[in-house]
Amino acid sequence: MNIFVLVKRTFDTEEKIVVTGGAIQEDGAEFIINPYDEYAIEEAIQVRDAQGGEVTVVTLGGEDAEKQLRTALAMGADKAVLINTEDDLDELDQFSAAYILAEYLKDKEADLILGGNVAIDGGSGQVGPRVAELLGINYVTTITKLEIDGKTVKIVRDVEGDSEVLEAELPLLVTAQQGLNEPRYPSLPGIMKAKKKPLEELELDDLDIDEDDVKAKTTTVEIYLPAQKVAGRVLEGDLSDQVKELVSLLHSEAKVV
Amino acid sequence: MTEKLANIIRGGSFLTEDVELDRVFTPEDFTEEHKMIAKTTEDYVQNEVLPVVENLENHEFDHSVRLLKKAGELGLLAADVPEEYEGLGLDKVTSAIIAEKMSVAGGFSITHGAHVGIGSLPIVLFGNEEQKQQYLPKLASGELIAAYALTEPGSGSDALGAKTVAKLNVEGTHYVLNGEKQWITNAGFADVFVVYAKIDGDKFSAFIVERNYPGVSVGAEEKKMGIKSSSTRTLILEDVKVPVENLLGEVGRGHIIAFNILNIGRYKLGVGSIGGSKRALELAISYTNQRQQFNTPISSFNLTKEKLSTMASKLYATESLIYRTVGYFEDRMGQLSEEEQKDGKAIAASIAEYAIECSINKVFGTETLDYIADEAVQLHGGYGFMQEYEVERIYRDSRINRIFEGTNEINRFIIPGTFLKKAMKGELPLLQQAQSLQQELLMLMPEEISDEPLAQEKYLVKNSKKIALLAAGLAAQKYGPKLDVEQELLVNIANIANQLFAMESTVLRTEKAIARDGLDKASQKLLYTQIFCQEAFEEIEKEAKETIITAVDGDNARMMLSALRKLTRNNPYNVIAKKREASVKLIAAEKFVV
Repeated sequence: MNIFVLVKRTFDTEEKIVVTGGAIQEDGAEFIINPYDEYAIEEAIQVRDAQGGEVTVVTLGGEDAEKQLRTALAMGADKAVLINTEDDLDELDQFSAAYILAEYLKDKEADLILGGNVAIDGGSGQVGPRVAELLGINYVTTITKLEIDGKTVKIVRDVEGDSEVLEAELPLLVTAQQGLNEPRYPSLPGIMKAKKKPLEELELDDLDIDEDDVKAKTTTVEIYLPAQKVAGRVLEGDLSDQVKELVSLLHSEAKVV
Repeated sequence: MTEKLANIIRGGSFLTEDVELDRVFTPEDFTEEHKMIAKTTEDYVQNEVLPVVENLENHEFDHSVRLLKKAGELGLLAADVPEEYEGLGLDKVTSAIIAEKMSVAGGFSITHGAHVGIGSLPIVLFGNEEQKQQYLPKLASGELIAAYALTEPGSGSDALGAKTVAKLNVEGTHYVLNGEKQWITNAGFADVFVVYAKIDGDKFSAFIVERNYPGVSVGAEEKKMGIKSSSTRTLILEDVKVPVENLLGEVGRGHIIAFNILNIGRYKLGVGSIGGSKRALELAISYTNQRQQFNTPISSFNLTKEKLSTMASKLYATESLIYRTVGYFEDRMGQLSEEEQKDGKAIAASIAEYAIECSINKVFGTETLDYIADEAVQLHGGYGFMQEYEVERIYRDSRINRIFEGTNEINRFIIPGTFLKKAMKGELPLLQQAQSLQQELLMLMPEEISDEPLAQEKYLVKNSKKIALLAAGLAAQKYGPKLDVEQELLVNIANIANQLFAMESTVLRTEKAIARDGLDKASQKLLYTQIFCQEAFEEIEKEAKETIITAVDGDNARMMLSALRKLTRNNPYNVIAKKREASVKLIAAEKFVV
């Protein structure tokens, strides 16, 4: 089975976000594999171990993303591909990412493509479905269970807390939801082996992509942190007075009614 | 061989020589693999160990065994075991990183450390081929758990005074062991013990003793002040028949194994103290950010800032000196030929080379940890006294570190003692330098210190080396071979050496960082270095003064004190301002940052 995992390098969840000059400060910050993508990698490794085949992890970005690819290799992926857009593109959006990934994947005869349900930074959840769309294959998002039997794939999908069971056919793209599995730590032997596994670096040129074709279609207008949470207020007095006060506050202060 | 030796940094040479920057290993030199292994260890501790800390603290040691096996699956027990015995044979830096990250687990890190360190290493380093094949694969996987049994009720620091005896049976097939070993870590569940006993009551030797040999039993679990997550019991040996094949090393040469394993144990304890210190500092900063008094987070009070920066600069120094030592070991062990790597004598020599540094690592690391743990509790106020706060456990866990693997007092004695031995053997030009220093002191002129970054600190390091030679030289001159009863002076000299090694390590690390990343990115490191060096230098001055007054009388004392005053002349910073400045990044990051 030919398995591909789409991986994104994101801020460590424990990192504090600092915004200066309209941009998020990356200096000295720790980066990790997007946690949802870790579920995807783990699932890919389990499918390969059960069915045979090969797992290739793919990411878009700069040199720095090599570290996350090495981590995926250390977990047990077989090959890694870095599509380095650092020199060619200043900005990437969901459209550009999906386009580039699809161009890369179109002749790879992938049986199964996995990605995270959403990246914890941008949080759009679009790239996976867009790639499937461009490749003309089916996709299922937010999966919590995957069983493959020949060409048939049985999937449990999280639907806002409920579960939906469905069946699909390979080739297929799925995106992973929390609960799909428990990602393994890269073991020390895994880490040492990862050094020797192939990590291919491609540029847009290698994929015959023109910069203009992948120009971002969205513009970021502003980046700001959520407003500081202020202490709540407890209303006092008769219940009916409290209700009146609440309505008046919602109207005059919060301006929501 | 000679060519190789010339390329080795001699142990203790920090006192008599300067070292090239590229020979000094710093945490900034970690490779990607090192960082990934650090992350795996951190995740293991965070997700596997910490959730069951309560259980471990309550002596539910089934968890310890299970956790060690899990660590084995991840390779966290195999770093020091060579590949040919199903280990990973990784570098010394890796095993140091594992020890550092593991220490956040508290008492369980003692379980882990006793297994991979003092438990397994005697076989790794001094075992014969059969012993290695028999035990190492299973120790690396966690199938077998190891312990180390040296201490006895009557012999602690005086390890060679052990009373446990071994006697060869008439058939010549077994040694029969009798005796009691006290405070044995992992004794509750270990499968294999490295035990020291005197053959015929006088030939101190090491043995591999399996738990299931008839006559092996253990006492009750000790009730300890801290590291409750680790099992500590007495090992009782009653007519235990140990096959002669299980004699480790040579008859009567057990002390070689014991002392070198102690050296490694010491340096590993130092490494562990870094992890514990970082955790305590992190807890202290985040608590002082959250805790409000007078409507203000207490981290914005200047005295809190002072405390946090003092903790962090001590930690920076500790981390710098310990990883520098790790680098020495990596360098030295890496230069051993394949043949030498199997030769106990060559291995022992390369460990013993850094006996001074090992003792400094132990003393400095554990005292930094104790200081930081204590201040972290203080910053938590009354909450730090409550068991529901992690810092309470860290405080209790920290205390043993100054006692085991040779008390810090014994380790302090080792430092000047080893210097003198090395000088006598001609390994270090101490005597020559002390003599030329006498001449130099007579004509000492005050020096201009430039205001370049690190110029002041380099000057302090340079003069500290002279002060160390002066103090040690005067003490040796006065007391000669009887110096070892002047324990107060030995400790003074050790303290000077400790501070000096730490100061120089911070300067080298910061200099290396500035050369690589520029002054701007190394600004926090520079601040720590300035703060630390200034305070350490004051310590050195104090110890030197007391030594001079004790060792020299009359006019000569006045002359020497005047020389000391010249050597200690410098341009001190406003260290309060430096500490306020250094605290900014700490408070923002809520953890130790460099």
